[in-house]
Amino acid sequence: MQRDRPWLMRTYSGHSSAKASNELYRTNLSRGQTGLSVAFDLPTQTGYDSDHPLARGEVGKVGVPINHIGDMEALFDQIPLGEMNTSMTINATAPWLLALYVAVAERQGADPGQLQGTTQNDVLKEYLSRGTYIFPPEPSVRLTTDLIAYTVKNIPKWNPTNICSYHLQEAGATPTQELAYALSTATAILDAVQASGQIPADRFQQVVGRISFFVNAGIRFVEETCKLRAFSRMWDDVARNRYGVEDPKQRRFRYGVQVNSLGLTESQPENNVQRIVLEMLAVTLSKNARARAIQLPAWNEALGLPRPWDQQWALRMQQVLALETDLLEYGDLLDGSPVVEAKVLELIAGAQQEMDNVAAHGGMVACIDNGYVKRELVQSHTRRMRNIESGDLKIVGVNCYQETATSPLTGGEESGIMKVDELAEREQIATLQAFRATRQQGAVDDALALLRAAANDGSNIMPSSIQCARAGVTTGEWSEVLRGVFGEYRAPTGIDFVASDRSESKALEQVRERVRATSDELGRPLRLLIGKPGLDGHSNGAEQIAVKGRDSGFEIVYEGIRLTPSQIARAAQEEGVHLIGLSVLSGSHLELVEDIHNELEAIGCKGIPLVIGGIIPQDDARQLLDRGLKAVFTPKDVDMNIIMNTMVTIIRQVNGLEPLA
Amino acid sequence: MSTSAAIQVSDLAAAIAKGERAALAEALNLLDDRRQAARQKSAALLAHLQSEYSDNCNHLIGITGPPGVGKSTLSAALIAVWRKRGLRVGILAVDPSSPFSGGALLGDRVRMQTNSEDDGVFVRSLSSRGQFGGLSAEVWPMCIVMLAGFDIVLIETVGVGQREVDVSRLCDTTCYVAQPGSGDSVQFLKAGILEVPHILVVNKKDMGAVAQRTLSELGNALNAEHPDGQWQVPVLATSALNGSGIEALADVMAHHHQSLQERKQLARRRGSYQAYWIHKRLEEEFGSFGIDKLGGEKALLEQLQSQDMDLFKQYDSLRQQCCNGEVDKHESDND
Ligand code: B12
Ligand SMILES: Nc1nc2c(ncn2[C@@H]2O[C@H](COP(=O)(O)OP(=O)(O)OP(=O)(O)O)[C@@H](O)[C@H]2O)c(=O)[nH]1
Ligand SMILES: [Mg+2]
Repeated sequence: MQRDRPWLMRTYSGHSSAKASNELYRTNLSRGQTGLSVAFDLPTQTGYDSDHPLARGEVGKVGVPINHIGDMEALFDQIPLGEMNTSMTINATAPWLLALYVAVAERQGADPGQLQGTTQNDVLKEYLSRGTYIFPPEPSVRLTTDLIAYTVKNIPKWNPTNICSYHLQEAGATPTQELAYALSTATAILDAVQASGQIPADRFQQVVGRISFFVNAGIRFVEETCKLRAFSRMWDDVARNRYGVEDPKQRRFRYGVQVNSLGLTESQPENNVQRIVLEMLAVTLSKNARARAIQLPAWNEALGLPRPWDQQWALRMQQVLALETDLLEYGDLLDGSPVVEAKVLELIAGAQQEMDNVAAHGGMVACIDNGYVKRELVQSHTRRMRNIESGDLKIVGVNCYQETATSPLTGGEESGIMKVDELAEREQIATLQAFRATRQQGAVDDALALLRAAANDGSNIMPSSIQCARAGVTTGEWSEVLRGVFGEYRAPTGIDFVASDRSESKALEQVRERVRATSDELGRPLRLLIGKPGLDGHSNGAEQIAVKGRDSGFEIVYEGIRLTPSQIARAAQEEGVHLIGLSVLSGSHLELVEDIHNELEAIGCKGIPLVIGGIIPQDDARQLLDRGLKAVFTPKDVDMNIIMNTMVTIIRQVNGLEPLA
Repeated sequence: MSTSAAIQVSDLAAAIAKGERAALAEALNLLDDRRQAARQKSAALLAHLQSEYSDNCNHLIGITGPPGVGKSTLSAALIAVWRKRGLRVGILAVDPSSPFSGGALLGDRVRMQTNSEDDGVFVRSLSSRGQFGGLSAEVWPMCIVMLAGFDIVLIETVGVGQREVDVSRLCDTTCYVAQPGSGDSVQFLKAGILEVPHILVVNKKDMGAVAQRTLSELGNALNAEHPDGQWQVPVLATSALNGSGIEALADVMAHHHQSLQERKQLARRRGSYQAYWIHKRLEEEFGSFGIDKLGGEKALLEQLQSQDMDLFKQYDSLRQQCCNGEVDKHESDND
């Protein structure tokens, strides 16, 4: 019988060091994984060397640290790049990581022109969701287009950009929003490539054909399937009518998937397995809109980083679907279904309308700085949170069927998650410093001068970046030169919309009353600073706490992601806040809390109480409470009225007020 | 007040004048505090600062305009210029508060991100708390404190139409920022709804022709002589985004300040802020009825300006009069 070829199966991974990650990749490949998907650590993604002060606590945590060509060589040791298909989740520093990849391929003796793989290289969604942007939108788009233009000409099989709607759904987007913002991003980028004049008009179709997408699939899997069919049609329409692409092959909606992780829970985490499998169905069921590559999260997504066994389990889910079931034996199962067709049309209409809204706000690039899209996303996410709170949106094990027998999965010594080697950071820094000592400074300086010149004069950034890679330039140095030329940026937070919770829910009314009473007793409105220290880009929690806080009657200071401990401490002082609430999901909470304590003490603000929320393993939570934090919140604390009440109680205690009735 | 409390207050005042951040923060919290004991301490602190420090020539600037024109971004750009000139800058940024919960998102800071290690910049956000026509009742007392510690104090408020009147009557120099392509500012000016500012700015000049058009429309709509007299209102174009026109704006601001001093207007203006603040607060609480009871706006303002009494005492005694319904003969004769 004729079976379709399965999709590409990937596991998004990387940690500790290039050497450790290399071992992991080779194991995964030997277990039947068919492509590599590299996770970089946050300093690498935001352009800092491992020994930069801002990198403290983050090196090797959520991905692999890559500082220079030596690290990149170690990462792909014994993995022939000429034969590999490598996906790199890299954005602001994408030209740099691609340059390193090319330089390593050269050293391995492979032909760079034949390389295959993907650079995510979609910086617009970084401002909206993912958080690893560096420069203002305009120069960022220029770097994106430079990479695209370079690969189309020189590495034709490379997927230069993966337009991501995945991260938008993770930040609260509805299916229509996902469609609208991803497609608006794609056209913004293609328009920019066109305007850059780097590609002759007769080759532009090829550029359109190289655009691929990275999409999400949530638990409402019927609607999600329809969304993917809508995506295919809308993209075909854009390619044909906006860019005049004749060849249907060049108009194919090519996409990879990571299924929804936002809905994966800390409570009864075994239920996540069902969720992941159902979500995978959404992107495989319809042959005409099937994913090209899939990576799945693990059952313990909301607990912390997955261990190799957890990832293996996720990979096996894909293998069972592709190899044991009969899914791949049939043509499209949904063609001709009137129900599906009606839903697809509805989604297309909604998405089209939202694309018009984006255009009315100046297009996707303008919408970054004017905050339109981010505001819409935060509002959607707020609606989702309200529905979870009210029980209108059911999540099994979270707001219904909470009772559970003891889980054998979360016991054991490692409490069910991966612990990153604590020595990794120190070792990485030592290797980096040794590397710097051995390279030829003259060659480094010359290469950096070329890079600066290209950044300034507008010529394509790739050739000088590749020169830098060969010369032994570091990630921090490459980024520093561009920071100097382009400047840095802070994106809108999206929380500034009109009061969201006018529902006169009793619980909220009670919180407001407590806030009001406490404000009166303390003589002034309660003020709360929400701080996101370090390089962590997970902003959902902080945004939702900010909005809820405002709706509860707090005055809220929230300045967005990636602040230094000193910025947070000083803002708390300047604004006279009653409480500081930190939000950390990157795993570096212990180091960051220590730094913030020190900063607060140094400026005489030791008395301000601190709480923290995020991905905090239980052992660490205990440590933090011992060090004086007043409360630790984790994803299982979904009722934000309770969180608000707890904060009021803490403020009352610290200020010596009697408990409220 | 006990002597030890008095000493505390004078120490605090001295520390503020030295620019100590912790002291400034403490004072701002104190001024925000409506409890009786705090109010007394605040009054003592203000009395200290008013007599010893606020008689200085530091520059109090108001920046206002419709939402989203770029006031905060412009402020950030100005801060950078002033810091280069060695001036210390304090900012009071006023955001609207939610009518539903009373809560507020204090968002201007985000655009004002300055070098976090710089002790020469201090940003305090305030919410309008539903009062004072988009300003905040705490603004004026906080200005007094900030003026003691900074060369320049900048107040940012959202203002469309009537509202920016408040800020223009509480500072030395008012700068109104207009949006390119929006006819509103022009209309307001023509209709006299917009109090004439000392400086008009069209921001976002990087938007090109449309900014240029608004610039010339505003120029035409404007009676170039400011009602204060002896000041030609300049109309400037800036781009807070790419930094152009910022130095020029800072120069014009400094020039206006200098002109006030040369015309011996600064002290006179300053004397009127407090009177206006007290008047405004009374009006808020008792309506025009209350003001009439106190002899009407004009008489009240004149009376307030002629007195040399401290802020809260003046305010509290007038409040008392409104409540009791009797106007103290002695005070109202005092002009
Ligand atoms: C959504 C999500 C994303 C989105 C983030 C979108 C956004 N703008 O926030 C996207 C897709 C962009 C993303 C990216 C990444 N992610 Co992610 N992500 C998640 C996910 C699935 C959910 C987090 C979330 O938003 N939850 C919803 C909010 C409302 O919940 P919350 O933040 O927990 O907040 C609640 C409480 O914790 C508490 N709280 C939180 N903060 C605060 C603050 C205060 C003051 C208070 C009082 C309470 C409080 O109250 C909230 C109400 O319930 C988690 C896994 C999970 N299911 O939890 C992984 C997770 C956090 N991500 C992870 C990783 C590794 C990444 C990446 C770094 C991967 C990489 N190598 O590139 C990237 C890069 C991100 C970056 N720049 O830092 C890891 C972190 C591992 C660790 N800590 O050890 C996790 C745990 C997944 C995993 N198991 O690997 N991610
Ligand atoms: N093109 C352009 N955009 C600008 C300029 N200045 C500010 N902006 C943008 O205008 C938007 C609003 O800027 P803000 O500084 O927050 O404006 P604001 O007047 O303080 O806004 P509110 O405090 O909310 O009333 C942001 O997206 C800025 O990036 C400029 O000179 N040119
Ligand atoms: Mg502002």
